[in-house]
Amino acid sequence: MIEAVGLTKRYGDKTAVYNLSFQVRPGTVTGFLGPNGSGKSTTMRMILGLDNPTSGQVTIGGYPYRRLPNAARQVGALIDAKAVHGGRAARNHLLCLAQLSGIPARRVDEVLGVVGLQDVARKRSKGFSLGMGQRLGIAAALLGDPQVLLFDEPVNGLDPEGILWVRNLMKALAAEGRTVFVSSHLMSEMALTADHLIVIGRGQLLADMSIQDFIAANSAGFARVRTPDTEPQLREKLSAAITEAGGHVLPEQDGALRVTGLPLPRISDIAHDTDVRLWELSPHQASLEEAYMRMTQGAVDYRSTIDQKAGLMQPLPPGAQPPMPVPGQGQPGWYAPPPPQPGGQPFAGPQDPAQAGPYGAPNPYAQPPAQPPAAAPAPQTSAPATPTEPEDAR
Amino acid sequence: MAATQVIRSEWTKIRSVASTVWTLSLAVVVTIGLGILISALSKNEFDNMSRQDKLSFDPTFISFAGMSLGQLAMIVFGVLVVSNEYSTGMIRTSLAAVPQRGTFLASKIAVATGLSLAVGLVTSFVTFFLGQAMLGSHRAEIGDTGVLRAVIGGGLYMTLIAMFSMGVAAMLRSPMLSLGILMPFFFLISNILGNVSATKKIGRFLPDQAGSRIMQVVTPIDDDTPYGPWGGLGIMALWVAVALIGAYVLLKKRDA
Repeated sequence: MIEAVGLTKRYGDKTAVYNLSFQVRPGTVTGFLGPNGSGKSTTMRMILGLDNPTSGQVTIGGYPYRRLPNAARQVGALIDAKAVHGGRAARNHLLCLAQLSGIPARRVDEVLGVVGLQDVARKRSKGFSLGMGQRLGIAAALLGDPQVLLFDEPVNGLDPEGILWVRNLMKALAAEGRTVFVSSHLMSEMALTADHLIVIGRGQLLADMSIQDFIAANSAGFARVRTPDTEPQLREKLSAAITEAGGHVLPEQDGALRVTGLPLPRISDIAHDTDVRLWELSPHQASLEEAYMRMTQGAVDYRSTIDQKAGLMQPLPPGAQPPMPVPGQGQPGWYAPPPPQPGGQPFAGPQDPAQAGPYGAPNPYAQPPAQPPAAAPAPQTSAPATPTEPEDAR
Repeated sequence: MAATQVIRSEWTKIRSVASTVWTLSLAVVVTIGLGILISALSKNEFDNMSRQDKLSFDPTFISFAGMSLGQLAMIVFGVLVVSNEYSTGMIRTSLAAVPQRGTFLASKIAVATGLSLAVGLVTSFVTFFLGQAMLGSHRAEIGDTGVLRAVIGGGLYMTLIAMFSMGVAAMLRSPMLSLGILMPFFFLISNILGNVSATKKIGRFLPDQAGSRIMQVVTPIDDDTPYGPWGGLGIMALWVAVALIGAYVLLKKRDA
């Protein structure tokens, strides 16, 4: 268990981390997200006692890292895969770390096998590729078989096979009851690996919630509706009917409609009532990436602009069209779909999934919402659980 | 965490990088080689020397003439042992593994010092005996008064130079900055201050000049140095202590 309380770090007059409080619990993979320069690495370094907080504190299992007994056996960390002496062989690098905490040399060969570096164990790490260096860093983190693991960008530079391996490794470590805290920029990867998210922006906590809640709270799903291309008047007709029923309609480039604010069955009913045939009616759940972009767009420090290539461009030949801008580049708000629901609280805490449905009603296409406790046939408080109950059989 | 574990780890670190072997063997080769060369030259020059020079002729000290260059290799060794942790970023891995920074620094310096002492003593004895062999009839014997002290002192001098460099490197962190300050300091500034009469009185309290006094057996005739051989080494040890305390204080409070 990692616990930060009011963690603040200032470098000169720049505040890198401000009043950060969170808990990282054992048994789950906790993702740590934030734009570049938002203070993720600083926070990681403070957890490991490398940097002293200006105020506040962070503890692991109740101890500040520097006072943790035999820290290397309790906490394993990959902070920077390049933080090795390039002239030292991989095995010697791990050996000197192992000797620090009295880990036998046999364990070094074990972890080298685990990360798949046994064939280059006696090679200098100078010649390692980014992915090999990453594997070496992961090996160092696993060395002491620790209960708490911190990984800063572990999949950086890994090949697809390596990414899959890291994903399964994280899940397996968490399933063994360990505390796994991992930062990454790869949203798709995070969505597959993490159960819980801590999101910071400009050094402050933006969200601390489960990944499902995060997506539900920060983005809207929508329904994609397509009417026959051959009859444009049907499209107009349906748009008007949906708007009348309280939905929002946005035309898409390819002629389809993006509908929010109405559940899918209702859209189908409206189409039926207005006598419009549908070629497509499909639910679209927002991705973690979309939700993340939406939440952090105000907290991004380094944003790209459109490359104007002024002075490099040949004058366009007469009649030629200028190229279309690349979606997402230099267009703030590209990833800003409409707010989840009228009066929605974009940064709110965990919500009841039934209320968070993107169509203003329980989303029949999403995962079924948890049964309300009152509806349960035999609440555990009123009826003593019997051994035959399937709920308790596991 | 037991200090022995940290020491064993530091030993693995120091023996597994090429720079250790290179810098230390350079120190050995330069000190011994130059010592032999200057001893041989001194023997040939002896008859042409003035009476005063002949009286203050110090065969032991002559054989240590290579030390002035050999110490530069020891400086590089001391600087690299500490600062390669910083230049490679290894320091973060190391300090994450050993949060007790005092133990970490002490173990690192203990291991490097032990190695320097072993190499320094071997170099000192070898350069003495080979140098004396070159000096022929003008040679000193190891049993002569003060000679054994000077030879052991030569090894201690090399060790202290390396330790001082470790302290400075731990304070400055960058290998380039550390070498950029230490090299000119010991190679040029100290010599200039020591040879210009106006600054001589200050120059002789610099670590290398004070420390090298231990290697002298015959005191020059017009010598007015206010300290003896061990006093000089003590002054050098004070410099080392200040550098190491500074390193400890900075490491303790600084962000890694």
